[in-house]
Formats: sequence, structure tokens, C-alpha cells
Amino acid sequence: MAPLQNLLGSQRMAYVFVLPNLIIFGVFIILPMFLNFSYALTGSTQLFPADRPFVGFDNFARIFECSDFLNPNTCREDVYWRAVSNSTGFVIVQVALMVSISLLTALALNRKIILRSFFRSVFFYPVLLSPVVVALIWKWLLQQDGLINALIVSSGGTRVPFLLNADWARLWVILISVWAQMGFFTLILLAGLQSIPAELYEAASMDGANQFDTFRSITLPLLMPTMTVVLVLALIRAVQVFDQVIPFTNGGPGTATTYMVQYIYNTGFSNQTREYGLAAAASVLMAAVLLALTVIQLRVTRSNQSDSA
Amino acid sequence: MSTILSFLTRTQGRSRLTFTDLLTYLYLTIGTVVMFGPVLWLVLSSFKTPQALVQFPPTILPYRQETAVVDGYDEPLPLFNVTLEDGTVRQLAQARRIGIEAQMIDPANPDDIIRVNIEDRTPVEQVVFSLDNYAEGVNRFPFWRYLWNSVIVTALATALTLVVNSMAAFALSKYQFRGRNAIFLLTISTLMVPLSVILIPVFLVITEVGWNNNLLGVIVPGAATPTGVFLLRQYMLTIPDELLDSARIDGASEWRIYLQIILPLARPALAVLAIFSIMWRWNDFLWPLIVLSRNELFTLQVGLNSFQGELQTQWNLILAMTVLTLLPITAVFAFLQKYITTGIATTGMK
Repeated sequence: MAPLQNLLGSQRMAYVFVLPNLIIFGVFIILPMFLNFSYALTGSTQLFPADRPFVGFDNFARIFECSDFLNPNTCREDVYWRAVSNSTGFVIVQVALMVSISLLTALALNRKIILRSFFRSVFFYPVLLSPVVVALIWKWLLQQDGLINALIVSSGGTRVPFLLNADWARLWVILISVWAQMGFFTLILLAGLQSIPAELYEAASMDGANQFDTFRSITLPLLMPTMTVVLVLALIRAVQVFDQVIPFTNGGPGTATTYMVQYIYNTGFSNQTREYGLAAAASVLMAAVLLALTVIQLRVTRSNQSDSA
Repeated sequence: MSTILSFLTRTQGRSRLTFTDLLTYLYLTIGTVVMFGPVLWLVLSSFKTPQALVQFPPTILPYRQETAVVDGYDEPLPLFNVTLEDGTVRQLAQARRIGIEAQMIDPANPDDIIRVNIEDRTPVEQVVFSLDNYAEGVNRFPFWRYLWNSVIVTALATALTLVVNSMAAFALSKYQFRGRNAIFLLTISTLMVPLSVILIPVFLVITEVGWNNNLLGVIVPGAATPTGVFLLRQYMLTIPDELLDSARIDGASEWRIYLQIILPLARPALAVLAIFSIMWRWNDFLWPLIVLSRNELFTLQVGLNSFQGELQTQWNLILAMTVLTLLPITAVFAFLQKYITTGIATTGMK
């Protein structure tokens, strides 16, 4: 390394230090970003770009060939629109549940309680489990002869074939993803709560504020920046839901739990004919959604910063 | 209503246990059951026999029916407590069952067949934490092979991430050079480009490099994490420049400054990144699923997924293998949970 430094001079050694990271970035992230457009604009089932004929916006046109966007059956790529509608429902319900349960848990953990670090670990533990393990744990609980059905029967109900029913399957995909990830968001919200100065609460209680007033005029406004970060992170993750679903329902029953990333995966890697162009076009559309969410996040964080400054 | 409101409200220094506190403990207790219960149920179930697993309603502990070897029968026969017509209870082995009638025999006197209604007999059971499922699972499922692949991927990827990220973070925090801000912005902006958006082109690059069906194809693409660069850079900014300058005056090369000053001082941040990288890589699923299609290269997650697809009905083996897969990460959590939770709370990443 010393001869290299003699050659470049000490300040230019910086280039040597950033190079390995930059090469991996360039080859596996930046280059693919551009190649993605090339795939989206070319056709055929060939993988190598040189073998792929240019088709313009045909792949996008195929996705948008639809007489009624609210009814996937009228679309040529009906599975895509089912995936979009499944993902939309998933994102709305999952994020709402995730943020509210995480907030409730963070508020509970922020109180003066015994065994606080134990409870914090309990809620966090599932975050570490792999998506495949999470899926199998719950698939086992939700079996026809599983524990959940046993509890239902013992309280007088009848067995439910949870993962064979579209609505139940959708609900359980949401519930297990909240179960698996809420600890992460709880932890971030808890850190936000703990950064609120205790003097504010003391002052409020001296002024005779009740608990509801304190929550509304101190906790909530001061927690808002953290809430925004949590909300956007939860949204970005929810849009990309995939890992748990494959071992859990494999997109079924039918296409009831097929979401956007699974559509891309099936179209590009799992279906008989590998339609890379179509999959890339779907990726570009998903990237646009993620970009929009990120821009909103940046806007909001920036306005929060300027508010507090 | 007021209790809900007060529950939502933070309290400071309370001497008496209030209703709100009770509600909090109730919530946390239910939460503990919901969060830990499923994992506990998985572990308990993994010790059950295939017969016990299909029993409905299921028992909590893994029971196993006792058997007896009886002369004239090849297989050991299951033992039952039988209530006879005269009200006495005897322990008998079941030779066969026809409809609602069971033919029972006394192991001590195998020639005498006693016919009873199946309602009049209850199995003789005891709690056994048997490792049979684990032993059979490890035989049927190349667990050690997959474990090895997962360990290789996790260890090499984490090492590579730490090296390239810390070098880049060093350059971006301690040097003034043309293009520095551009490189930093480029790095941060790739935070918005998750792998799921560029699956196909990355797969092409991997194929071109010849890493399709190669563990390197799983290891390298995700190694230059933007979160890692960002985390390490923020930490290295706090290392005083005077330290580096005085080392330079003493004749240390830039490389030596990186190795002997920067790396040791950045150890806390490196530890946080290492823990995250281990978690990411150990649990990674989508990308290995695409790169690896040859069975002997599967990581644990991909292997477990394909195993459960093939053996949908053999839950005893699936459960045992799932427990083995979650054990390592649980052990890591048990030892490092303080670092993990504070790391996430301070950096807001996973």
C-alpha cells in the first residue's frame, strides 16, 4: 500500500478507499437500475439484452390493457391487477395496524413498570426470526387440526380452514407480518418517547393538566417526527411484502395473497415462460411507487426539521 | 373511556398501583403470550410423535403412548387402560381394532383375547421429549449442508460488508476530494432502490459474472450496504482529525491510519453493523431463492422452504427443522439483545 500512496499522494488515497464499495455499488445496484429500463422496453424470453428485440412501451401497454381497472378480470394481465389490488389492501390495513399496535406497545413500555427490559425483549424477539420460520410457525398454528382451531372448537365454534379461504388467508398474512415486525417499530417509537424531556411532563402536572391533555399536547406533537419515520418505513416495507408469503400461502388460495413482488418473481423466475420484459415493467412501476413514498418522507422530515429549528 | 385515555397517557413517578398500571400489565401479559406462545408451541410440538401431531384437540405437552412387546406379534402393541364390565381397570395391549370393537390382550397371557368397546379404553401415555423427529429430520433433510452454506454466506458477507463499508466511510468522513459529495449522495440514494425492484438485471449481472448457482452470487451483491456506509461515516466523523494528523507527522501511511486508528476507534459502530449484517444474511430469502437452484447450495431458509413444499404432510420433520433453524438466531439474541435493541433504537434501521 505504501508505494500506492507515493504514487497518488495521501489525499488521493481516498479514491482507493471508496473504490471497492463503489465497484460493488456500481455493478450490482447502479448498472442494474439502468438495465431495468432496457428490460422493460424489450421483449422475448431471452436473458441477455443483446438478444432482446426493442418493443418500445409494449410491456407497459400490455399491463395497462384493461377495460375496467377496478375489475381485474377485464385486464389482459389480470394477475398483475389482482396483485396491485391485493397489495393496496394489504398496505392500508397492515400499516394502520402496525403503527397503532406499535404505538400502543411503546406507550405501555414507556411507563414505569417492573420487568421493562424483559417485556421489551419479548415484543422484539420475533423481529429476528426469519420470514420462513415465521410462516411455518403460523402455518402450524392455523392447520385444520391446529391450536387456533382447537381453541375455537373448545369455545363452541366450528373449525375454520383458514388458509384455504381467501379472506382469512389475506387477514392472516397481515396479522403474521404485524406479529413479526411490530417489535422493530415499537423500539423506534420507544426511543422517540424517551427523548421527550421529563421536565415537560413535570411542568404539565404542576399546571394541573390531566393525562389526556398531557398526551394530546405534549406526547403526540413531540412524537410526530418519529411517527412519520415509522409510518413511511412501514409503508415502504409493506409495498415489498414477499418473503413470508411464499412459504405461508404461496400466493393462494388462487391469487388471493399474490402481491406485487411475487408477481414480479413469478413472471420473471418462476412461470414456465420467463417474461423478463413484463417483470421489469412491473418493477419500474413499483419503483415509482417507492420513489413517491420516499419523496414524501424527505419532504415531511425536512419540514419537521425546519419546524423544530 | 377515561381509563383508555389515561392508559394512553404517560405517567411519571407513581407510588400506588393505579388502574392504568393494571391495564398496562394486562396488555403486556397478553402481549407476551401472543409473541412467545407461537414459538413455544412450535418447540413443544416438535417433540411430538406423528400420531400425537394429528390428534385433535392437541395436547400441550408431547405425550407418547406406551407400548408392550407381546409374543406372537412383530410390532410392539399400544397399551390401554381398559375398564372391564365388572368395573375393574386393567392395563391391556391392543392387538387390533375393528370398528368400535377393540381386541385386547394381556401381555402376560397373549392367548386370551378380550373384546371391548373402544369407548371403554384410554391410552396409557407419558410425557416424552423425544428427539426422534430431529434425528429423522437431519437424515431426510441435508440440514448440515444447508447450515454450512448459511454460515459461509453470513460470515463472508458480513466480513466483506465491514471491510468495504468501513473503507468507504473512512474516505467519505476524513478526506476532502473531488466527487466526495456526489459519491455520498449516490450511496444514500440507493437506499431507495431495494433489491426487489431490480431483480432481473441483477440476475443478469450474476449470470454474466458466472455466479449463478454460486454462493458468491448471494454474498457479493448486497455487500456494499448504504446503511452501513452511512452509519460508519456518521460515527467516524466524531473521531478527531488531530489524531490522524499527528499520526501522519509520525510517518504513518494512510493505510496504517485506517487499520490502526480508525478501525479500533470505530469498533462500537462496526459491532452494530456486524450484528445487523448477520441478521440480514441469516434470514435472507428472496435473493438466495433466485440465485440458487441447485439443492446442495441452498441456504437454510431456502432449504427449509423447499423442504416444507415437498413434505407438506410430514409436519413432525418440518417442525423439528424449523426449530433447528431458529435456534442460532435465538442464541445470538440471548447474548446480544442489549446491543441489538439499542442499535436499532439509535440508528432506526433493520
